[in-house]
Amino acid sequence: MKRAAEDARVREDAAPTGAITAPAVPLNAALVHRLLPAFIADEVGKTGATRVVLGLSGGVDSSLAAALAVEALGAGNVLGVKMPYRTSSAESLHHADLVAERFGFATMTVDISPQIEAYFAGFPDASPSRRGNKMARERMTILYDHSARTGALVLGTSNKTELLLGYGTLYGDMASAVNPLGDLYKVQVWDLSEAIGVPVEVVTKPPTADLWVGQTDESELGFAYPEVDRLLYAMIDLRYRRDELLAAGFAPDFVDAVARMVQRSQFKRRLPVIAKLSRRTIDRDFRYARDWGL
Amino acid sequence: MSAPFTVALAQTKPYLGDVAKNLAQHEEAIARARAAGARLVVFPELSLTGYHLKDDVPSVAQRMDGPVVARLAELSRGLTVVASLVEEAPDFRFFNSAVWFEDGAVRFVHRKVYLPTYGMFDESRYFARGGRVRAVDTGLGRAAVLICEDLWHASTIYLAALDGALLVVCPSSSPLRGVSEHAEQDDNARFWELINRAYAQTYGLFIVYVNRVGFEDGVGFWGGSEVVDPLGGTLVKAPYYEPALVTCEIDLAAARRKRIAAPLLRDEDLDLTLRELGRIRQRGHE
Repeated sequence: MKRAAEDARVREDAAPTGAITAPAVPLNAALVHRLLPAFIADEVGKTGATRVVLGLSGGVDSSLAAALAVEALGAGNVLGVKMPYRTSSAESLHHADLVAERFGFATMTVDISPQIEAYFAGFPDASPSRRGNKMARERMTILYDHSARTGALVLGTSNKTELLLGYGTLYGDMASAVNPLGDLYKVQVWDLSEAIGVPVEVVTKPPTADLWVGQTDESELGFAYPEVDRLLYAMIDLRYRRDELLAAGFAPDFVDAVARMVQRSQFKRRLPVIAKLSRRTIDRDFRYARDWGL
Repeated sequence: MSAPFTVALAQTKPYLGDVAKNLAQHEEAIARARAAGARLVVFPELSLTGYHLKDDVPSVAQRMDGPVVARLAELSRGLTVVASLVEEAPDFRFFNSAVWFEDGAVRFVHRKVYLPTYGMFDESRYFARGGRVRAVDTGLGRAAVLICEDLWHASTIYLAALDGALLVVCPSSSPLRGVSEHAEQDDNARFWELINRAYAQTYGLFIVYVNRVGFEDGVGFWGGSEVVDPLGGTLVKAPYYEPALVTCEIDLAAARRKRIAAPLLRDEDLDLTLRELGRIRQRGHE
């Protein structure tokens, strides 16, 4: 298992992928650092809310989202909820505390083991992925409950890589009101986190959903973030065609696998499909901004 | 030619779909501009409605004989105001329009000609396309209004310049798009700042560019409103991303000096252009 941040650093210095000639994923940390807190302040503020609540996993995405929210709204208006399951790593909780301490916002802990155990007592043969998805959705319901309790919006932490690959649980960790990270690839999340002072141990550890012991994103996905981000950036942002991606040095199997993941996860990025009957059907010919009237 | 005058750039953050709140914002900005001695106040594109209106377009539309237009005209007593709104025509077409109010009355309306409908934009789904580019004699000198994307088509400013405009007013809702590594601002801001200077210098005229700020559905507008003079100099620059009201003085005599030094417009060969356009148009149909 390669260490993520080492990969990120090598990417800048020597391009470990060697033959890849597609552009590196750029990041203007100073400008993005200015824009994202403004985005959070504006999009939260116009709803009438002053606070956000987010799941704090100890990973780099939720750490960065929390840090940006603190800048946008003030530390007193950010609540991080730690929601460990009994197999969650102690290191994750420790890292969540480090981040809360660094940026000065409050946290609370809700252990999700009792409800998860109670549920799967009835389905003892459930696969790890079923259990993982259930945990992600359990955490979502807790965040929305505390959203209602405190009048805070749920802050999303899904990055562009996860959203494009569908590497997230629909109505679980993908659910939120406002997501500052959704247009940042994972390598950009790393670079920005480093730039704004997220604790280094959080930035440099291998990313994991921590849904079962030993899980890491990169072993589960089958490729490293720096490689897939560079491919996605060329494929999605720069609109390279397949032949151009191959000419830029990406392996055909890799290109096809990633293209398939993006396509097959499209449903996760849309509302459920609705049968059109009337003249004005939601999201088809009933079209308004989400910020309609705000 | 008019005496030097002060222009105020009202870099606002409109409320999406809330005409009453935006009208109040106009009143407040016009009062501040008036206090600062401005004779011209310019607001961003769709300043009265916000940008991502979609199906809300018919609900926020204003008729030119309606009360909101009358109120804006009232507010323009003693000065000139360029405000932007959804215009409902008597035949129920809806235009993305900028209205030039002068001393209590509507002087002229520019209906956006080039409605971006690609990538993140969907304007021609909701708006009808304007059919004119004109320069008009105003109390401040001969002027033309071009709205945002209009100015990305070099043909519009070419027409405005040939039609005698010394002052081109461009209300804009330009979103942040394409943040790159080595530039301080996003791609859109850099491109606007490039063309404003290029056009002003090429045609020897003033460009008053007024962009909005704030976020709508996650789309940020970068502000950075500015006035560029015929030498390409920046007379005033509003901050990026923050609401602001900035002013500067415009002296159209600078256009005269520039056109004496570089009489590019004088030397334009309209007959040649028309001949070649006719040929190119013909070829397009072959």
